[in-house]
Amino acid sequence: MMNSSDVLVIGGGLVGTAVAYGLAREGLKVGVLDEGDDAFRASRGNFGLVWVQGKGYGMSPYATWTRGSATRWPMLREYLLGETDIDVQLQQPGGFHFCFSETEWQERAARLQAIRDDLNGDYPFEMIGHAELKRRLPAVGPQVIGASYSPMDGHANPLKLLRALHTACGKRGVKMTSGVRAQRIERDGSGFVVDAGGQRFHAGRVVLAAGLGNRTLAPQVGIHAPVAPNRGQVLIAERVAHFLDFPTTYVRQTDEGTVQIGDSMEDVGFNDGVTADVVSHIAWRGVRSFPALGEVKLVRAWGALRVLSPDGFPIYQQSATCPGAYVVTCHSGVTLAAAHALRVAPWIARDVAPAGIEHFSGERFLQTDKVFTHGH
Amino acid sequence: MSANQVELVIVGAGPAGMAAATLAAQRGLSVTVLDEQAAPGGQIYRAITQTNARRLNILGPDYAAGGELARAFAASGAKHERGASVWQVTAERTVDYVQDGVVKSLQAGSIILCSGAMERPFPIPGWTLPGVLTAGAAQILLKSAEVVPSQPVVLAGCGPLLYLLGWQYLRAGVPIRAIVDTTDSADYRRALAHLGGALKGWRQLAKGLKLMRALKRAGVPFHQGATNLALEGTDALAAIRFTVNGSAQRIPTEVVLLHQGVVPNTQISWSLRAQHRWDDAQLCWVPITDTWGELDVPGIYVAGDSRGIGGAQAAAEQGRLAALEIVHRAGRIDRAARDSLAAPFTRALRETLHIRPFLDALYRPKDANRIPADEVTVCRCEEVTAGQLRGIVKLGCLGPNQAKSFGRCGMGPCQGRLCGLTVTEVIADARGVPPAEVGYYRVRPPIKPVTLGELAVAHDAALKRAAAQRDETAAEAQNSSAR
Amino acid sequence: MVTDSLFKVLPADAPGGAIDTGTVTITFDGKALRVPQGASVAAALLAAGVERFRTTPVSGAARAPYCMMGVCFECLVEIDGVANRQSCLVPVADGMAIRSQLGMRELNDFIGLAGGTGDER
Repeated sequence: MMNSSDVLVIGGGLVGTAVAYGLAREGLKVGVLDEGDDAFRASRGNFGLVWVQGKGYGMSPYATWTRGSATRWPMLREYLLGETDIDVQLQQPGGFHFCFSETEWQERAARLQAIRDDLNGDYPFEMIGHAELKRRLPAVGPQVIGASYSPMDGHANPLKLLRALHTACGKRGVKMTSGVRAQRIERDGSGFVVDAGGQRFHAGRVVLAAGLGNRTLAPQVGIHAPVAPNRGQVLIAERVAHFLDFPTTYVRQTDEGTVQIGDSMEDVGFNDGVTADVVSHIAWRGVRSFPALGEVKLVRAWGALRVLSPDGFPIYQQSATCPGAYVVTCHSGVTLAAAHALRVAPWIARDVAPAGIEHFSGERFLQTDKVFTHGH
Repeated sequence: MSANQVELVIVGAGPAGMAAATLAAQRGLSVTVLDEQAAPGGQIYRAITQTNARRLNILGPDYAAGGELARAFAASGAKHERGASVWQVTAERTVDYVQDGVVKSLQAGSIILCSGAMERPFPIPGWTLPGVLTAGAAQILLKSAEVVPSQPVVLAGCGPLLYLLGWQYLRAGVPIRAIVDTTDSADYRRALAHLGGALKGWRQLAKGLKLMRALKRAGVPFHQGATNLALEGTDALAAIRFTVNGSAQRIPTEVVLLHQGVVPNTQISWSLRAQHRWDDAQLCWVPITDTWGELDVPGIYVAGDSRGIGGAQAAAEQGRLAALEIVHRAGRIDRAARDSLAAPFTRALRETLHIRPFLDALYRPKDANRIPADEVTVCRCEEVTAGQLRGIVKLGCLGPNQAKSFGRCGMGPCQGRLCGLTVTEVIADARGVPPAEVGYYRVRPPIKPVTLGELAVAHDAALKRAAAQRDETAAEAQNSSAR
Repeated sequence: MVTDSLFKVLPADAPGGAIDTGTVTITFDGKALRVPQGASVAAALLAAGVERFRTTPVSGAARAPYCMMGVCFECLVEIDGVANRQSCLVPVADGMAIRSQLGMRELNDFIGLAGGTGDER
């Protein structure tokens, strides 16, 4: 039958293609539906950090889940390099989070200690002062009074990752249909049928990895996935001779030599534009971090819409009312790519749930007595 | 950033910008013109206010006509900010720019974008070699510094500007080695369908014919109907190759001046997410505007070549028409006055554009020179070839933005200005769909580079202002509670 | 000026009458050059025989001006210590020190913002 697969993944971004790749590795026949060239595409706006420190404050399963992805990332890199000849430039030298005041430093220390306590001490990080920071990052500016460093952190090239996943999917026979938007999902016997772009797609299982589109698609398969856009503005400055060996939360130097500086968290709906005041603020923080960047030219600035759940943590859930339908959504598509390919995909393929995944069900948002904030 | 209020902000001091500013200022509007150059004139009237008798003689009467526009502009009372590089225009009509290393901002009642045109890319093998420049570049060298090639030079491509340059070189005593002209009999046949319009614009037609006659009379070698153009060299240009009448030719030369028409500079209009349409006669994107030039973004107009290629005369008339509508909307003149004042401009505009379809048909750039072979560089900044781009399309990329993500095409400093049209057409050709369906790059600020330090200083100034405001408010509160 | 320069300033005896354009002295990669006053740095360098302005950061390919109007970004050179400047947009000035832009820019020591408010909120 035309347009028929074992699993249909709705969404061809970092989340969708990572899951599709993992499913193909499991030997399944996979289809992917992707929108057109002008779709919002959180994947194209990603900063590229493979970041662990600071995440999961008050939700230690997320800290563990994130770390589990970071430790599996080298495997993902090797697989992709071997299958596609694309090196996604994973580097995990550890990362820094800068503090610009004593208060910030104390707050950071407390946050990381709390996570460490939740994990019974299994959480490597150190708090360092300016002198030590300067020793490790010579270009750092005098206004950075200190930082937290963790060996768990790193970065990769998000666009190369997306391309590598697409290419690897192609080589493994994943059928990618571009320029279509999924409108309806219905149960069809023991499987599903999806209406998209005037075509019908049949699959035994269906995975909703459509980013912001999941909000309206998920209820069709009985899942509550209340994701909403959260804008982050990002700056890219011109190529500079290599000066930064480590990623930091707001500034990293890419493998191309360009300097990426972020970011913001704005509640502005579906607006992916940039604003002069936020751009200037981000530039200011970048120059405070590394004063030598003052002379470097901004080449491009964009807004990217994070796919944010009310508490900021992923939603991974198999539908109880429509077994075989899954929602997979997060806003850290690069960091969690390994988990998606190597843990979430096998869960969908073989029904073997990875440890901790039950904490990410969308049901958690149905508790009316809780107020959610995504302060990360 | 402190925002200054201005009734009309104009981006670009070429013919459209100067004419618009002059009219609006004369009608009492507060007008600021932002231009990146040190002197007005745009590209077509480059250095018109600093020129001399010799240059005027070489460049010809059409260039000299710009002097009158510039004089009226200088006398109009419009504010002219020189060396002002616009890096963002918002739909809310904020205009952010950098001048002398300082980030500044204006809040406009209305905006007219007069960014003019730029040379159409000419992606043939070797086009990135040192020694390869555009005909427009050569004109700028001549206009602004009287700099010319020192060896007999080769001109290649097609279009009025190419022949105009040749004519100007003759007058300057610069020898022309050859004109490698891609225009062929099919072009003449196609243009015949528009002869009516050409005859209506007979003055311009006559000018063009006179130009060609002068070149032929001077014995400039023409290689007509040239195909398979390629530029040879390793670190610099060494020769141009081409085919005429089935026979392959090669001219050793270290300078080649390329030209196959100009296209609208649409960076700002795209960045506003204004609607554009693909013009198949001019093979480029043009913004969609109403008769006055207003985009679908309220209060923002486009005038001149960036609205669609029409030349300097048309640019000035469009500038005046946009300004008239803005003056009317500002309540300075009523509708009847606007329409009666507009009538001669509209007429002049129509007349000057009669010849356009003929020229567009006659000098339509060849497919091979727009949609290149695999090995040709498409994105000069990031060195991406047409073949690499086609490979990305095979991966499922439907348009320029996905292609950019996967291939870095369009991510360099020029932000797609020199590759955008080529990328749209290569993808359209590879997918077998019209360019209109493929779309264009998502253009983002900064439109022109601005340094992180310049932005940081602006933020610092904003923080200081906010702190001062807080202090002032606190002091006031204290004073009032003390009473 | 270099005798085998690909470009030159129109000589005084060219058609149209004699013109006296003044000159200024600049250096390019340490070499002193006499160039026409009032020209852009790009025009001045071309007239003085410079053929390669930069090498690309991607492949090290040699590049020189293409459009002369600020849209192609090929004419990038280092001017008075500041890297990656579009030389077609900068007027030449006496005493300017210009260097080829070889690959990507280096990060200079830069004092950055002096002081500034420590409080972001």
